[in-house]
Amino acid sequence: MNDLAALFLRAAFVENMPLTFFLGLCTFIALSRRPSSAVGLGVAMMAVLGVTVPLNHLIYTALLAPGAWGWAGMPALDLSYLSLIAFIGVIAAVVQLLEMVLDRFFPAIYTAFGVFLPLLTVQCAILGGSLFMVERHYDLAQSAVFGLGAGAGFAVAVIMLGAIRARLAYADLPGGLRGLGITFVIAGMMSLGFSAFAQMVAS
Amino acid sequence: MPARPALWSVLTDPLVRQNPVTLQILGICSALAVTTSLATALTMSAALTAVVVMGAGMISLIRNHIPNSIRLIIQIVIIASLVIVIDQLLQAFLPEISRKLSVFVSLITTNCLVLGRSESFARLNPPIPAMIDGLGNGLGYSLVLIVIGAVRELFGEGALLGYQVLPLVDQGGWFTPLNLMLMAPSAFFLLGGLVWALRSVLPEQVEPPEHSAPAIAEDRA
Repeated sequence: MNDLAALFLRAAFVENMPLTFFLGLCTFIALSRRPSSAVGLGVAMMAVLGVTVPLNHLIYTALLAPGAWGWAGMPALDLSYLSLIAFIGVIAAVVQLLEMVLDRFFPAIYTAFGVFLPLLTVQCAILGGSLFMVERHYDLAQSAVFGLGAGAGFAVAVIMLGAIRARLAYADLPGGLRGLGITFVIAGMMSLGFSAFAQMVAS
Repeated sequence: MPARPALWSVLTDPLVRQNPVTLQILGICSALAVTTSLATALTMSAALTAVVVMGAGMISLIRNHIPNSIRLIIQIVIIASLVIVIDQLLQAFLPEISRKLSVFVSLITTNCLVLGRSESFARLNPPIPAMIDGLGNGLGYSLVLIVIGAVRELFGEGALLGYQVLPLVDQGGWFTPLNLMLMAPSAFFLLGGLVWALRSVLPEQVEPPEHSAPAIAEDRA
């Protein structure tokens, strides 16, 4: 139990997806112009990561891992090179399903998400979550916690960046730095701050 | 050859003027993660350029047969297959660099640059311009990666491609390596600075201010 809590914190803060691994930066930068859209993106990320990482874990161990087909008399079969296509397919399907479920049962949330949901299919952070899960050999519970934690970390980072950028809209910046340039500099400073969390785990 | 100037600008525009990383905000994810050394940046650039060019060519070949409603899935499957091939090639011939790049080669699949170009250009144009557009964008992306990778390796380790350029202090030289350069934040700072420099040279890329100061009344009397 304690380990899982530690894993959650680690996934959320120490290994923050956008700020230490640079994953999902495209949406991170593009959708953080307003805090409201940042909140929507953060919640959607948590939901999708929390579902797809454990699901991909099940598919990987049951079908793709080396030796997974041992029960069928093919212990030498190694399909792990197919994992990329399988993961992308699962993510696209989950996003589509989530969209339909929300549209049917929670129309208010659906309209709040707007265009973010379909965009999440091509989010590097979501695919990255599944790939890290395989690389680090998490079990089912760990992968679920890792997915949720990574989503929460992304949400925290993107909401903070959105809030800072909303303030900066009133600042008088040099022309070339306006918009994209200053956003990178802010993200860099946030990344400096988040690197302090790495010390927290080391001690 | 009347078509030549158009193709030429399709190739050269994305290099600086329409650079995919600094102007279109495409493919930043991997641009920062793999630039701790010049060698990984070069490998990543080559892999991505290959995927963009081939993916654009294939998608453009079948562009008239893709139903509109499932085009995203088809594009992703084509791109993912290409990425798997590249990944296996790297693991076979450059195992060292492939280990350093870890998941980032696989993440080319979801690189917005690849999908963005196939979505906005390749599926509307014949194969030759589509591939040239892919090549131009791939090279523009590579340019940014190589600049950032070279700066980070030069100042972080005093080396370029593994050769010691600046003699280190602990080997009797004068250069103290800046460890910050190898950490995540410096990549953000460098890219921010690069965007700033580029936009100072090309002022037409400057984004309009969201709010301007209210005009001060001239006559206060």
